[in-house]
Amino acid sequence: MKSGFPLYAAMIAGLLVLATTPLYADNYVVRTAAIVAMYGALATSWNFIGGFTGYPSFSTAAFFGLGAYVGAICQRHGIPMGLAWAIATVVVAAFAALLGGIILRLRGHYFAIGSIAVVELCRLVVSSWSSLTGGGDGLNLPLMAWPPEELMRFFLFVMLGILLASLVATIIVDRSRLGFGLRCIHQNEDAAAMVGINTTAYKIAAYTLSAMFCATAGAAYASWTGYIDPTDSFQIVMTVKVVVMALLGGAGTILGPTLGAAAFVLLEELFWANFLDWNRAILGVVIVLLIFFLPGGLLSLGMRRLRAAKVGGGQ
Amino acid sequence: MAIYLQILSNGLMLGALYACLAVGFSLVWGVLNVINMLHGSFIILGGYLTFFAWHLYGIHPVVMLPLVAALMFALGFALQKLVINRVVSAPVLTTLTLTFGLDMILYNAMTYWFTATPRRITLDLGAVHLGSIVLPVDRLVGTGLALAMTLLLYAVMRGSSIGRAIVAVRMDRSAAELMGIRTDRIYAITFGIGALMAGVAGVVFATVFPITTNVTGIWLGKAFVVCVVGGLGSVPGALVGGLVLGLVESFAGHWFGPQQAITAGFVLMLVLLLTRPTGLVGVRGYE
Repeated sequence: MKSGFPLYAAMIAGLLVLATTPLYADNYVVRTAAIVAMYGALATSWNFIGGFTGYPSFSTAAFFGLGAYVGAICQRHGIPMGLAWAIATVVVAAFAALLGGIILRLRGHYFAIGSIAVVELCRLVVSSWSSLTGGGDGLNLPLMAWPPEELMRFFLFVMLGILLASLVATIIVDRSRLGFGLRCIHQNEDAAAMVGINTTAYKIAAYTLSAMFCATAGAAYASWTGYIDPTDSFQIVMTVKVVVMALLGGAGTILGPTLGAAAFVLLEELFWANFLDWNRAILGVVIVLLIFFLPGGLLSLGMRRLRAAKVGGGQ
Repeated sequence: MAIYLQILSNGLMLGALYACLAVGFSLVWGVLNVINMLHGSFIILGGYLTFFAWHLYGIHPVVMLPLVAALMFALGFALQKLVINRVVSAPVLTTLTLTFGLDMILYNAMTYWFTATPRRITLDLGAVHLGSIVLPVDRLVGTGLALAMTLLLYAVMRGSSIGRAIVAVRMDRSAAELMGIRTDRIYAITFGIGALMAGVAGVVFATVFPITTNVTGIWLGKAFVVCVVGGLGSVPGALVGGLVLGLVESFAGHWFGPQQAITAGFVLMLVLLLTRPTGLVGVRGYE
C-alpha cells in the first residue's frame, strides 16, 4: 500500500487531532488521547513482527513491562528521566535481539506459545528478584511536582512523540529492502530463504523493532503513573489487546494499527463508563465479531469500497 | 531420604492432576491446530459446578463427575460447531484471538455470577501413612480419578471408532475426509472432549485446590507447559508431560522455594521448545 500523499495527510491529521485536545477538552479527554497514542505506538510496534512478518508474537507486554522496570530502576538511581527512557529502549532492544535469536527459530503455534511464556517468565523473574525490583510490592518513582494539567499535556506529547517515531520507522521499513524481505517471509519463509533473504537477520530486526518503542512507552508510562508492580506491568490481557487493536485496524498496513488502537480505546472507555460489570465480556464480543465480520480490519472496508468504485468506473 | 520420597510422591500426585488438566488442551491443539485459550476457564467452570452442587444440594463430587462431564461436552461441542469451526483453518493468530475473546466472555460471566472469592470443597478424609510418607486421602482419590479419566480417554481413542476417526483426522485431514469421515463433526467432538476433560479436571481440583476465576491463567499456563513437554495431541504425551512437570515443580519448590516452582516449569518448557519442539514422546510433523 504505497499511497504517498493521502497517507501522510491522514497521519498528520490524526496526530493533530490528538495533539490539540488540551486546547478545547478537559483532562479526561487529554488522558484518553495520551492512552490512544500509547496503544497506537504499541500496536504499530507489534505490526513489524506480527503484521509485516506474520509471526504471531504475544510478547508486547514483556517489552512494555521490562521497559517500565529498566526506566524506573534508572530513575531511582538518580538518572534523569529522558536518559532513563533512552537506556530502557536500548537495553530492551538488546534483550529482544538476543531473545529473538533464540525463539524466532520456532514457527506458528510454537512461536505463539513461546512468546506468551516470555511474558510470564519476565513477570515471575521480576516478582522474585526483590532486591532490584521491589518484588511484589512494586517500585515508586520520583514524583513530578507539576500541576495536573501540565503533567497530562507533557505525557500526551511524549506518547505522541513515541507514536510518531514508530510510524516513521514503519514508513521507512515499508519502503525499504527490509520491509520487502519481511513480506516475503510472511508469504513463504522457505522460498524467501531460497532467493537469498537472510531470514534470521530480518526476523531479528523485525522483532527488535517491535520491542524498542514498547520499551520507551513502558518507561514513559512508569514515569507517568509513578508506581509499577509486576502484575500490572506484565499482563497477557494487554498483549492480546494490542494484537486485537492491530487486527482491528488492519495488520500489515501503515496506519491500521493506530486506527485500531484509537477505535479500541474509545470503545473500551465507553464500555467502562456504561457497563462496569460486563466490560470484559463486551470486549470479548467485539473480538469475536471482529474475527468473523472484519478479518481484514477497518482499513479493508475503505479499500473494498475504493476497489468497488474503480471496478464500477471501468465498466 | 524420607523427605525426597515425600517430594517424589507429592510430585507424582500433582503430575497426575496436571496430566488430566492438559490432556484435553493437548488433543484440541493436536487435532484442530487451535490453541484453546478457554481451557483454564473450562476447568474453573467445572470446579464451580461441582462446588455449588455440593454446597447447595449436598451432591458428592464423585456423583457430579459424569454430570459435569456431560454438560461440558455439550458446551464444547456447541461452541466448536457454531463458532470456532467457521475459522478453524485460519492462522494461529485468528483462532487464538477468537478463543481469547470467547474466554473474556466466559470469564466475565463467571466472575459476575460466582464472584472471585476462592471456594473449596473440604472432604476431610484423613491421611494414609506409608512409613514416613504422608498421603492425604482426598488427594489420593483426586489423583486416582484424574488417572482413571485420562486412561479412559486413552482407551476411547484407541478402541472406539470415534477415537480412531479423531486420530485419523489428526494424521491427515484430507485423507480422512476421502475415507468418509466428516471432519467438522470430528472437530466438534474433539473440542467437546477437550472441554469434558477440563471439566473433569475442575471436579477433581475443587476438592484439592481453591476454585476462583483468578487462577484460570495459571491452569492455562500449566496446560501449555505440559503439552510442550510431553508432545502434542496424544494421551501418553500429556501423561508424561504432566508427571514430568509435577516432579519438576515439587523438586524445584523444595530446592529453590515455592515461587520458583512455576518459573522452573516455564524454563523447562522454553528449553524443550528449542531443543525438542515435538516433546518427549511426540511424533515429528504435527506442527
